[in-house]
Amino acid sequence: MSEPVVLVNDLVKRYGEVEAVRGIGFEVEPGETFGFLGPNGAGKSTTIKILCTLADPTSGTARVAGYDVRRQRDTVRRNIGLVFQDTTLDSYLTGEQNLRFHADLYGVPKNQFGPRMRQVLEMVNLWDRRNAEVATYSGGMKRRLEIARGLLHAPRVLFLDEPTVGLDPQTRSSIWEYINDLKKREDITIFLTTHYMDEAENCDRIAIIDHGKIVAIDTPENLKASVGKDRVQISTNDDQAAMRELKERFGLDAAIHEGMVTFNVESGEHFVPQLFAELTEQIKSVSVARPSLDDVFMSYTGKTIRDAEATAGDRNRAHIMAFRRGR
Amino acid sequence: MAIEVTDRSVDHVTEAIRVAVPDKGLRQDLRAISIVWRRELIRFRSDRLRAITSLVQPVLFLFVLGTGLSSLASHGLPAGIDFRTFIYPGVLSMSVLFTAIFSAASIVWDREFGFLREMLVAPVSRSALVIGKCLGGATVSTFQGIVILALAGLAHVPYDPVLFLTVIGELLLLSFTLTAFGVMMAARIKQIQAFMALTQMLVMPLFFLSGALYPLRGLPAWLTVLTRFDPLTYIVYPMRHAVFTHLSVSPLASAEISPALTWFGWAVPVGLSLGMVAVMGAVLLGIAIVEFQKTE
Repeated sequence: MSEPVVLVNDLVKRYGEVEAVRGIGFEVEPGETFGFLGPNGAGKSTTIKILCTLADPTSGTARVAGYDVRRQRDTVRRNIGLVFQDTTLDSYLTGEQNLRFHADLYGVPKNQFGPRMRQVLEMVNLWDRRNAEVATYSGGMKRRLEIARGLLHAPRVLFLDEPTVGLDPQTRSSIWEYINDLKKREDITIFLTTHYMDEAENCDRIAIIDHGKIVAIDTPENLKASVGKDRVQISTNDDQAAMRELKERFGLDAAIHEGMVTFNVESGEHFVPQLFAELTEQIKSVSVARPSLDDVFMSYTGKTIRDAEATAGDRNRAHIMAFRRGR
Repeated sequence: MAIEVTDRSVDHVTEAIRVAVPDKGLRQDLRAISIVWRRELIRFRSDRLRAITSLVQPVLFLFVLGTGLSSLASHGLPAGIDFRTFIYPGVLSMSVLFTAIFSAASIVWDREFGFLREMLVAPVSRSALVIGKCLGGATVSTFQGIVILALAGLAHVPYDPVLFLTVIGELLLLSFTLTAFGVMMAARIKQIQAFMALTQMLVMPLFFLSGALYPLRGLPAWLTVLTRFDPLTYIVYPMRHAVFTHLSVSPLASAEISPALTWFGWAVPVGLSLGMVAVMGAVLLGIAIVEFQKTE
């Protein structure tokens, strides 16, 4: 099965005046964990809605699990599992009742429901709580139940729209443990969106999306390598003198960041011994950092993801209003 | 086409589980209808407060208003007929009125709390979801009507099996139509406050114009016309007809308090009256399905 499980071509989505998605294209291979990374309002959720058949594209095509999202809507739906940003559980029903409801809607054969339910509930550690009303679950438990439910009908692609948004850091990391664990157990492709840099590291490949366009798409390692340079920070007795010397001797433009002399070099670990040998100014401490996805985002969009969210705020609101009207 | 996925072994389940999701079809839709219907029952069973509160109003009408007005009303009623007996069919219809509309309101809640989305993204036809919901609302509200039906003796209505079966059937029909009406509204109205305000505004006129509390005879022309436009009229009439044919009342007295429903002097047969409610239910259901087909 070498055919891509998600295939997107020149996809455009317009809400009135606002162009939320502006001509994107990409492929996701079977078994991959593919992440859409970008600030709020960048077009992540709109793209995922189109892929899940919840919104029609203005133009362009998208195929999921081999089916066209516009023309083969129901077949696509049978082949995907969905976990939305907001909870879609019935909190008056028990965990098991929620799963049974899902199984009946998706037509999971009755004799398979029992064992399959046990399998997915054990996977997310909720088997013991299956008879409790969902209203008594914590935020993390609800999210886990939704993941279990999304897997119940053994979909080929699991879509997770901001799977950890609104959860505390500890719960977030536990959700990731479950997601990584299910990758080992299930033959599944995962497509997720996130605006957390650290979470994007869990993906096999990432597409960085900004203002409705994909600005970069690769593995986290390659993306970081493409930014290239390591960041070196040193502190000395006389930082100004050290900066002058770095400029004269090594041709490096250094600046003071976080109270330390900071500069970028190709290979930090090879440069530091040379620095110690040749710099006359005495070095008190040194740190070398590989580029993070934050740096990657910065280098492709010219801003940090937080800055992007601040400026995207207005755009995003306009988008939401347009979307509400559109409903 | 069926999709098969084989799982690798999981700690406690050693055998691989193959889930084959079937194609869309009638069987799938029936299963969807059934689970949406069952969810209504489960939620109704766990919500005892709602069951009790929606009984308060009909009980108030029957025993407080009914008893309070009975001496006053006795002058207009044939000897031996209790005012409570007279308004009993109307109160029955009232008991399902509130529950049916409230069942439909749960769609608005479901939208607010996200569960509606779980239903709308499923690979089943929207009509299956709407039909399941209407059947669920109809079952639950008919059950409410049956509780009032159990109090028949207190309104001097005999516990006659034929009468009970007739009335239960009529209650089912009414509940289904009302739920379909509510579901149709819920497709459009996204806020629970707006939905409640609008239905409250509609429920009372429907009830008062239906002849639930007075016979549709000798009314001013304007009121006569309005009562004929009230859908509830066409169910209160057959129910009262059923109740009074099972009482030992003289034909003359019966004609006085349970007069035939007329259109320009033509007596509408009971069957046609029920048929109109059924057609109305089907039309409302159709509109509701079309509305939900458009919803994202």
